Amino acid sequence: MSSAPTIARTPTLGRIGESVQRPDGAPKTSGEFVFSSDLWADGMLWGQTLRSPHAHARILGIDVSKALAIAGVRAVLTHEDVPGDGCYGLDRPDQPVLAKDVVRFCGEPVAVVAADHPETARRAAEAVEVDYEMLATVCDAEAAKDAPAIHPEGNVIRHVVVRHGDTGAVGEVQVEGTYEVGMQDQAFMGTESGMAAPIGDGGVELRISTQWLHGDRDQIAAALGLAVEDVHITLAGVGGAFGAREDVTLQIHLCLLALHTGRPVKMIYNRGESFFGHVHRHPARLWYRHHAGRDGRLVKVEARLTLDGGAYASSTSFVLANACHFAAGPYRTPNALVEGWGMRTNNPPCGAMRGFGVVQACFAHEAQMDRLAAALNLHPLEVRRRNALRRGDSLITGQRITGATPVIELLDALAEAPLPQAAVGSVAETDMELPGGAGRTADSRHVRRGVGYAASIKNLMYSAGDDDYSTAACSLADGVVTITCACVEVGQGFVTLAGQIAREVLGISEVEISPADTSIGSAGSSSASRQSWMSGGAVLAACEAVRDDLLAHVSSKTGLAAGELMLQDGEVLSADGSFRASVAEFTAEKAFRREEVFRHIQTEEPDENGQGNIHVAFAFAAHRAVVDVDAEMGLLRTVEIATAQDVGKILNPIQALGQIEGGIAQGLGLAVMEELVIDEGKMRNASFTDYLIPTALDMCDVNVVRLVEEPEPDAPFGAKGIGEPPTISSTPAVAAAVRAATGLEISRVPIRPSDVALADSQA
Amino acid sequence: MVEVNYSQRRPSTVISIDRIPELKGWRQNGDRIEMGACMTYSEMEDPLFAAYVPSLAQAARTVGSPQIRNAGTLGGNLATASPAGDTLPPLAALNAQITLRSLRGERITTLSNLITGVKSANLGRDEVIVKVSVEAVDGPQEFLKAGTRNAMVISVATVALVLDAARRQVRIALGSVSPVPLRASAAEGWIADQVNWESPSVPDKEAVEHFGELVASAATPITDHRSTSGYRSHAVGVMAKRALARALS
Ligand SMILES: Cc1cc2nc3c(=O)[nH]c(=O)nc-3n(C[C@H](O)[C@H](O)[C@H](O)COP(=O)(O)OP(=O)(O)OC[C@H]3O[C@@H](n4cnc5c(N)ncnc54)[C@H](O)[C@@H]3O)c2cc1C
Repeated sequence: MSSAPTIARTPTLGRIGESVQRPDGAPKTSGEFVFSSDLWADGMLWGQTLRSPHAHARILGIDVSKALAIAGVRAVLTHEDVPGDGCYGLDRPDQPVLAKDVVRFCGEPVAVVAADHPETARRAAEAVEVDYEMLATVCDAEAAKDAPAIHPEGNVIRHVVVRHGDTGAVGEVQVEGTYEVGMQDQAFMGTESGMAAPIGDGGVELRISTQWLHGDRDQIAAALGLAVEDVHITLAGVGGAFGAREDVTLQIHLCLLALHTGRPVKMIYNRGESFFGHVHRHPARLWYRHHAGRDGRLVKVEARLTLDGGAYASSTSFVLANACHFAAGPYRTPNALVEGWGMRTNNPPCGAMRGFGVVQACFAHEAQMDRLAAALNLHPLEVRRRNALRRGDSLITGQRITGATPVIELLDALAEAPLPQAAVGSVAETDMELPGGAGRTADSRHVRRGVGYAASIKNLMYSAGDDDYSTAACSLADGVVTITCACVEVGQGFVTLAGQIAREVLGISEVEISPADTSIGSAGSSSASRQSWMSGGAVLAACEAVRDDLLAHVSSKTGLAAGELMLQDGEVLSADGSFRASVAEFTAEKAFRREEVFRHIQTEEPDENGQGNIHVAFAFAAHRAVVDVDAEMGLLRTVEIATAQDVGKILNPIQALGQIEGGIAQGLGLAVMEELVIDEGKMRNASFTDYLIPTALDMCDVNVVRLVEEPEPDAPFGAKGIGEPPTISSTPAVAAAVRAATGLEISRVPIRPSDVALADSQA
Repeated sequence: MVEVNYSQRRPSTVISIDRIPELKGWRQNGDRIEMGACMTYSEMEDPLFAAYVPSLAQAARTVGSPQIRNAGTLGGNLATASPAGDTLPPLAALNAQITLRSLRGERITTLSNLITGVKSANLGRDEVIVKVSVEAVDGPQEFLKAGTRNAMVISVATVALVLDAARRQVRIALGSVSPVPLRASAAEGWIADQVNWESPSVPDKEAVEHFGELVASAATPITDHRSTSGYRSHAVGVMAKRALARALS
């Protein structure tokens, strides 16, 4: 470091490692933040979607004349009005922009309307007459394998096999189970909304809440037969995402309506429509057999996983691959045989959600580890410790882990953490902090407490040979840094982080972040725990390039060696302290700008046995749940979840805590209440009245007992993505606690009251 | 409002009744408590009110979120006539009298005459609910509500129990387990004979168990996305036992 400065100066606050406050935090809590639903333009029209009420039907005819006859209606469009390919999809374009001959799920868009007023648009959509002929539905993912194809591409979206080691190996101790995970929804706060307007020569401008601007752009262009340059997208205020904004929802419809009417068109899904508009977490059925020696060490894991992908492919292929690749969890598994199917059915399409396939596998493999512990009379933590992965071990995909692998440390941290103070019965009889909460169904003597553990492994970033990159620009003029990146801020905190990186590298307090749009190269999606690494990496590279250019410039002006110069607190300093000058002065006469592309190490596609260096890096987490159970009523209350997580490096402590608490809330939700109930393809609870997410009375205390900071090689600042792991092993930990309290199998999440209260009569 | 928000209803006229003083708040009138139709759930939670009608206060506490409890009213809950309306079981157990008024005059009715089916109230197009009156009962009251979430949840099953020491009655009403709020009369009659009314208590645990069984068998629930009929019957049985045990403790 340089010699102590002689004059006081303002230190650059808000660098890496500090709890920098999010710039959108106060506006969001005070209601001033502008969300995509707040967009407005003079002369704009309102869009509305007409959706199929049937899970599977042939469209014999669509009559739009009555809708068009309504005063104020400007357009009523069907598949006939869609130019270009007319189809889209994240993985493959298998989903029509508007249904053509057949509707394949209840809620599939059939027509779109633009009108002067939203109510007029709604009435017009209702006035569209669609003549349907019912078709037999395929609603069970396992039955879909042998059922007639419901799509030209068949009912198997993907079949994955992982063969590792000696697949014929047999363990002395075997435990077997079949598990089920219900359909979870991302339940973000802001429903789908945006506004499109025609620009220039047949081009279109879209302002939208999404997870990936360029991914949307490419799908819009292909579906509508436009050149990608003719589609310009700017990010509008996003109200959460969690995977639900990875797929296109109303983007293409908005552009289609704007191009057709020549007017700006705005659309907002209401809460009910939102549940039909976006993809959900895949429901799964998972069969497992674990083989181990008498010492509890795993010999082999066998698994068969079936994921219900719903009517269209979305990201089912990748979700399934993840579920299969991490089927054995964070444990040394010398031999494995895993088979997975991602099926097409007439259920609502499923795709990305926080945890991305690993959530389903983790619920099952952790239940199996507890079964194994019980069979061997070992403590749940002990059986996990004996099998824990360590750095240098290989996964069931044959890949050696080269990065931090602190599984044992995480388990030990949980073992050492004291249990919550307040015991059952210490709360007053009338207290709402008992299972049943405000309903006051339980007295403390009805309640038993259980403690359960779970651990997880999650891949970071895109896998399987994907050319994954991000782009960022840094410019420095008049002492102010401006960062430009198409990375979408969905609430994960990238905007805050980009500022921290710039301040860290350039020593300048004033950092502005430009709006994210498609005028710069792609940043990739805000998903897969990848943006701190990928777009963080791009921002870091761009800032370092600007720093080097500036120091070279100062060097040329002053004759001091660039290597002797540094940036600190808005000044350029020489190492010996003899030279100092303000950056603002240097950059007033000359501005600096650099744009950089950041790529992670190259990965491989799996071979026919599912083997290869498929993933970039891995993150680990462990959870301990303490749950109070009123077994007679089947009602639960989670008292505390303690967690330890492998984070590489904490870039922003308060944001890290936010990710961990939020992720655990979502994991707890899946464990005890969050499920879209689908009955013969029809969604029964498409509202927040009946799709339940935890309230403050359901959410437990989160006790972060350990964040392991072991820097990850190749990662900017050594930091690992932290958004997904909290969601993954929290669910099985809660289930394990309920098992411990009741002695029941608990082979399904969410755990319904009847699963506990009537377990005997169901068995 | 929900139906209007979702365009399931498009009323051409909406009449606001929330500034009519006569419809607001509650008052004691002799041995009766009178509640205005526009009394909100938050007002029912008031300890002063809760001292007289604790089952209704407890039911009000379970309704929705604070925002809903500040806005939602007793009259609205009655007129909605949902099987899951949380004030309905307490009102059924309290033998509430409901006053309706129209240009044709005033009439007083009972809950079972007002609520005739799922979301169906015997309410003329020109009628408004003006007040609800219940007796200030001498004895404990309980309200228990089962849902899949610990707050802000639509009832999967509810139980309201009133121990009327003066009349030597145990009155119990069930919610969400039939199209309309249900009084478990067989269970009521049986348990009244078991209770030692001198110092209210039951002879043994078996009596409480049997009471629970009688209540469970009175329920006629359906299976839907919120729960199963089997669980609903089971839940009202368990809650009935617990409500009785609390009332007698
Ligand atoms: C998020 C949410 C959660 C909820 N949770 C619960 C819950 O947990 N438990 C529960 O029981 N309910 C719940 N409800 C339903 C709602 O709170 C009740 O039905 C409420 O009492 C409605 O009262 P209101 O005054 O708002 O009626 P409004 O919505 O204004 O009216 C409802 C209907 O009643 C009629 N009406 C209202 N007042 C009168 C009157 N005085 N005379 C004649 N007709 C009248 C109206 O014309 C209308 O048809 C919930 C609602 C929401 C939106």
